[in-house]
Amino acid sequence: MAPTSLEHVVVVGASLAGLRAVEALRHDGYRGRLTLIGAEAHEPYDRPPLSKAFLAGTADTASLALRKQGFDDLDVRVRLGAPAHSLDVDARTVGVGDDTLSFDGMVIATGAHPRPLPNQPDLAGVHTLRTVEDSGEISARLDAGARMCVIGAGFIGAEVAATARGRGRDVTVLEALPQPMVRGVGAVIGAVLASLHRDHGVDLRLGVGVESITGGAHVERVHLADGTAVECEAVLVAIGAVPTTDWLEGSGLALDNGVVCDAALRAAPGIVAAGDLCRWPNAAFDDEMMRIEHWTNATEQGTHAARSLLAGDDADPFVTVPFVWSDQYDVKIQSAGRFSAEDRMEIVHGTPDDYKFIAIFERNGRISGVLGFNMARRVIQYRRMIAERATFASALDSAAANP
Amino acid sequence: MKIVVDFDKCKSNAVCMGVAPDIFEVRDDNFLYVLQEEPGEDRRADVEEAVRTCPTGAISVEG
Repeated sequence: MAPTSLEHVVVVGASLAGLRAVEALRHDGYRGRLTLIGAEAHEPYDRPPLSKAFLAGTADTASLALRKQGFDDLDVRVRLGAPAHSLDVDARTVGVGDDTLSFDGMVIATGAHPRPLPNQPDLAGVHTLRTVEDSGEISARLDAGARMCVIGAGFIGAEVAATARGRGRDVTVLEALPQPMVRGVGAVIGAVLASLHRDHGVDLRLGVGVESITGGAHVERVHLADGTAVECEAVLVAIGAVPTTDWLEGSGLALDNGVVCDAALRAAPGIVAAGDLCRWPNAAFDDEMMRIEHWTNATEQGTHAARSLLAGDDADPFVTVPFVWSDQYDVKIQSAGRFSAEDRMEIVHGTPDDYKFIAIFERNGRISGVLGFNMARRVIQYRRMIAERATFASALDSAAANP
Repeated sequence: MKIVVDFDKCKSNAVCMGVAPDIFEVRDDNFLYVLQEEPGEDRRADVEEAVRTCPTGAISVEG
């Protein structure tokens, strides 16, 4: 489709965004050499089940494969098991293991990794969750009957807590804020998230800081700032993620909480970025610089970044209304758009009491976000309104007309 | 082009409905309904986007 003079495109990062970039390059007619570099030993696999079905034991490793039909039709050299460790933008070379590869086009998609606690000990039973191995190790702890202590009540922490409860384990969730995700969703919905956990038997402790994690050969307890302690055999630290850009330091690319890109996801001539580490101005929200760590964004950006690479100067901006979902217990939580606790929020369908409702958020007179529990259809309808930059008043009218 | 949905995988995220509401509809019962199982070729780009963006990889296309 796109005319291009590129002869060797290297995609760094063999997870969702990188795979989607490889697929889009071939789909759109790139016929030159193509190399995919992955730090992990596995072919690209899906991460959302790692805190849900895979951790629950209802999905196996084979089911995680993102490309069950294999890679033959993509004509791509897949190099797994060693990360790229250096990039020279001017020389157009990337270092992988002992090798130096030359390229003339690159997609950077090395994702993010879990943020550790400042004083996190290297102790058996203390986990973070990013890889299939992480999930397998946590699963083995749950198999052994471990009492689980989850630090951080964001989506990952909440999903692991829900899965561990589903497996009958005792679960304590520690959250430093006064309600789960309160800065993002506000106090009203934060309280709904809190009740959801408590309804399912989680010992949820809010507004508490973690002092230290201690044990002998194995983790035994988490000490809290209020002097109390939680006895446990497994700890999950789920306090956020850090973009994996250490290998790009000194490369000349602009790094600032991710790889800084232009509106078309270009980091430099011939170099684009996609996924968890990409920061770009999103025209759907007045060119706000965004970095998004969600599945849908990785898949959309991977595809778009590849097209930008092929299009060169004619690349289109990447404009999106971010979308994320989380399955916790029997509730599907979905949100789209941009919102925070400071924005006006109205519950326009259903009621939080039975965990079935839609809340919409206002910013600058427009509907900027939607959050729904168990109302997928409505979330998608409001996502469209956000994309169309509808006013908040018209969203309220629409809600009233379609109860 | 024939649309095939693996309903064991579908979790009714309704992303496909956002891409192609004339083809995919998640109703208030939270089940996905395929309104056109064999849409015309002019809908191929959107159908491919729905396949690619389905969070659970539940949609595929034959032909």
